[in-house]
Amino acid sequence: MNCRQGKLRLQKWYTTLPDKEKKKIIREIVQIILARNQKMSSFVDWKDLKLVYKRYASLYFCCAIEDRDNELLALEVVHRYVELLDRYFGNVCELDIIFNFEKAYFILDEFILGGEIQETSKKSAVKAIEDSDMLQETMEEYMNKPAF
Amino acid sequence: TQAISLQAPPTQRLASTFVLAAPIAGKSKEAEIKRINKELANIRSKFKGDKALDGYSKKKYVCKLLFIFLLGHDIDFGHMEAVNLLSSNKYTEKQIGYLFISVLVNSNSELIRLINNAIKNDLASRNPTFMCLALHCIANVGSREMAEAFASEIPRILVAGDTMDSVKQSAALCLLRLYKTSPDLVPMGEWTSRVVHLLNDQHMGVVTAAVSLITCLCKKNPDDFKTCVSLAVSRLSRIVSSASTDLQDYTYYFVPAPWLSVKLLRLLQCYPPPEDAAVKGRLVECLETVLNKAQEPPKSKKVQHSNAKNAILFEAISLIIHYDSEPNLLVRACNQLGQFLQHRETNLRYLALESMCTLASSEFSHEAVKTHIETVINALKVRGVGPLRGQERKGLDVRAGGGAWMSGYSLEREVVAILAEKYAVDYSWYVDTILNLIRIAGDYVSEEVWYRVIQIVINRDDVQGYAAKTVFEALQAPACHENMVKVGGYILGEFGNLIAGDPRSSPLVQFNLLHSKFHLCSVATRALLLSTYIKFINLFPETKATIQEVLRSDSQIRNADVELQQRAVEYLKLSSIASTDVLATVLEEMPPFPERESSILAKLKKKKGPGAGSELDDGKKEPGAEINGGMEPSASTSTPSPSADLLGLRAAPPASLAAPTSAGNLLVDVFSDSPAAAPGLAPGTDENFLRFVCKNNGVLFENQLLQIGVKSEFRQNLGRMYLFYGNKTSVQFQSFTPTRLPQLNIQTKAVDPLVEGGAQVQQVLNIECLSDFTLAPLINIKFRYGGTLQNITLKLPITLNKFFQATEMQSQDFFQRWKQLSLPQQESQKIFKANHPMDPEVTKAKLLGFGSALLDKVDPNPDNFVGAGIIQTKSLQVGCLLRLEPNAQAQMYRLTLRTSKEAVSRHLCELLSEQF
Repeated sequence: MNCRQGKLRLQKWYTTLPDKEKKKIIREIVQIILARNQKMSSFVDWKDLKLVYKRYASLYFCCAIEDRDNELLALEVVHRYVELLDRYFGNVCELDIIFNFEKAYFILDEFILGGEIQETSKKSAVKAIEDSDMLQETMEEYMNKPAF
Repeated sequence: TQAISLQAPPTQRLASTFVLAAPIAGKSKEAEIKRINKELANIRSKFKGDKALDGYSKKKYVCKLLFIFLLGHDIDFGHMEAVNLLSSNKYTEKQIGYLFISVLVNSNSELIRLINNAIKNDLASRNPTFMCLALHCIANVGSREMAEAFASEIPRILVAGDTMDSVKQSAALCLLRLYKTSPDLVPMGEWTSRVVHLLNDQHMGVVTAAVSLITCLCKKNPDDFKTCVSLAVSRLSRIVSSASTDLQDYTYYFVPAPWLSVKLLRLLQCYPPPEDAAVKGRLVECLETVLNKAQEPPKSKKVQHSNAKNAILFEAISLIIHYDSEPNLLVRACNQLGQFLQHRETNLRYLALESMCTLASSEFSHEAVKTHIETVINALKVRGVGPLRGQERKGLDVRAGGGAWMSGYSLEREVVAILAEKYAVDYSWYVDTILNLIRIAGDYVSEEVWYRVIQIVINRDDVQGYAAKTVFEALQAPACHENMVKVGGYILGEFGNLIAGDPRSSPLVQFNLLHSKFHLCSVATRALLLSTYIKFINLFPETKATIQEVLRSDSQIRNADVELQQRAVEYLKLSSIASTDVLATVLEEMPPFPERESSILAKLKKKKGPGAGSELDDGKKEPGAEINGGMEPSASTSTPSPSADLLGLRAAPPASLAAPTSAGNLLVDVFSDSPAAAPGLAPGTDENFLRFVCKNNGVLFENQLLQIGVKSEFRQNLGRMYLFYGNKTSVQFQSFTPTRLPQLNIQTKAVDPLVEGGAQVQQVLNIECLSDFTLAPLINIKFRYGGTLQNITLKLPITLNKFFQATEMQSQDFFQRWKQLSLPQQESQKIFKANHPMDPEVTKAKLLGFGSALLDKVDPNPDNFVGAGIIQTKSLQVGCLLRLEPNAQAQMYRLTLRTSKEAVSRHLCELLSEQF
């Protein structure tokens, strides 16, 4: 996920690569995506993978999928993720993601695991995160009773 | 798409942890780096400091490090602190620890042993949230070390009957990741057959996760997983035929379960068409339904709806092409793609071309594809005519839908190339088409395409002359594409002699034409042209002088590029010293290529999957194993049989009740007729009564005459109590009448009115709790001892907590319920001094005796006790949570009760607080 200025906001890798390689790939992909105009399609061939991307306000969401993967559905994966973020944050914006990046990661892990869709139900995926938030709040309340 | 507005103003929810972040966000690069270095130094000193950090601070700093990493800075410390967080039993600390490790620890870290250890503990915790965190971590890191440690454990979790759905989902995908990285470490076994049946799971999320795993397993061992075909078909058929609202949250913009559908269609592409006619029929029906739906009017105008719907459609078409055996479906698929080719949606055109490309290689679809070849070529004509510059290029971009511009466009070329070859009537037409293709859009013709054209020209002598003529003409254009120069150079070098008779294309004209392009070309093309030149010397000796001149020039023989310089030097020498014969042998015409598959077709075939057989097995349903949380299965208690299930009550009376042996006397009035004892409670009963809150058996009352023992058992809202009345004297009690006072629904049997001296009579009470109560039922015992009436009133040891049903639950459930019971009146709390030594083991025993379950690993403080249970009454059930915090220093306890009913909270709190 990167913004229009090319700053990366969130990255998730489902293959193991050295850090240097990752940085190089990120630079390359960000350049490709930013260079495309709005009328172009959402798919770009890149090496032996396909980039599928979509822009939401100031953010580009991009994923690299394998040649035989379903492009349209990848596009909807992106959309569903944005919906999950939106449902969790309520009218999500870029800053939400910057400052609560850990939540963005947790939501992603509930939705996609090891590169495969784990749970497509909006309720279940967000509920898991809300539950853990609730847990955190309750625990804080639970632990914060004044000492006796 | 406007459903999501990301442009909303920043929310107030900025994590306070990240005061750091705010100044960073907008400032210059230098300021950012300075700020970050300062922060890193600060964190480092915190970590190194003498003062041990508490969990919260550790979490905070580890989280900051992650944030800094995400801003693009390197992080080289904090790993150990993150690993420490893993063993925290605070969920959020654990979570951040795992996140740091997933993002920042690479597989060869020496910390992996510690990490694996923490993961092992969490997997064994039986706490679903912790298990999921651990599984996510394994899936995210996916290293070989982790595979070694967990590859045999995860299948067990996956197929265990009592695993929660969310854990199953994570386990399936975690296993998939390990299987992909280290297939040799994942043991195949009994679990594999059970995994296939996850396709029938009632939970759609479980199926969605499991299909990915099964698909991967099928690719590697198709024969072992054949049974999945019929299961997948029936699952798919159920989804495809369901109404758009049937699947509730798994419906995406009116499309039922698109992700699962696509995954199932992908799974089926691992196998050939089902052999069983019924399965096949069902599948064909599914595919037809999908194709039919494409023609229906959309249920929503949102792009998400059409994308999801078409995603399934494209996957269905892939399956149809993969089967390549249903002409009817193939034709329909092809027509559908034809429609998409003319669609205004760029993405659809792109995908339609791609699918058409695959379809073109199908055996049964010749005719159908032929009818669309016009569409494809028309589309190309519209877009492709004229030089691709400026405005026109832009216009073309818009129409070809840009997306396709870089890749799709080249793809279109490939489609044409393949179609052209496949449907070539004669090869001159083929050569024309491809050369046209290169001329119009050479940039987007892949290497494969122009290699192929050369291969074909060399192998077919009937087109060689034609090809030479055509390339020669094509090269006349003032600006022609480099790929055209390559093809031209190659073909003229081989077959230029075939057109040399015509003075308009004499050898020198040919050479000059090629050489006029030379300086504009890349090194690779120039190298190719140098080879063409040396071939020219062989073909046309009259060009020798001119060409040698060129080779000898500084720009060749002293070229900075080694390859070009070497070729120039060698060719020059070869042409000067070798005899004509030697030259002719060296530079002989290329032999025909072995007639192998077109490399383009080979590339296409690679895109199609492998296959094997399958058979039918339908409708096996696994029962939903889940009942309701962790409640203990309870025995039926509606008709309690007194002998069987009551802990052998009759076997022997308690020792304390053993009748004393004293000489038989007449009944003597010991206490006289004093009325004092009659209305009030017998002295000492209250303390004695309290002892029975946490236990069921013992001596309830004792005086010089009488001892009353009690044994009781409770199940749900029912209880049975045995009272043993022992006559301590040697004299008969007369008119012995114990009567309970009416409160609970207690049925007693009348007792023999005579109790012999030293004898014991037993009374059975069947108890039913109708609703919650605070006052214990009373029992009044009257008898004559000697001539005196004895009158004793006692509290029966029946308290509300006797109807407690212990409930085991996981920490997450506990806190969820704790949260739900947060109204002030639902909570009752007491802080009190310890009356007994504060022994944790005794405390545990008391809490268990009280009836609640003791929950481990719930309270972050291991000294605290946490319990849960349900009070069962006939009219209602009351969920209860309790927490007991001992403070050894102060010799105090704090007890907190939370229940859904105020009176119950208060009463239980009072009862229990008297126990310590």
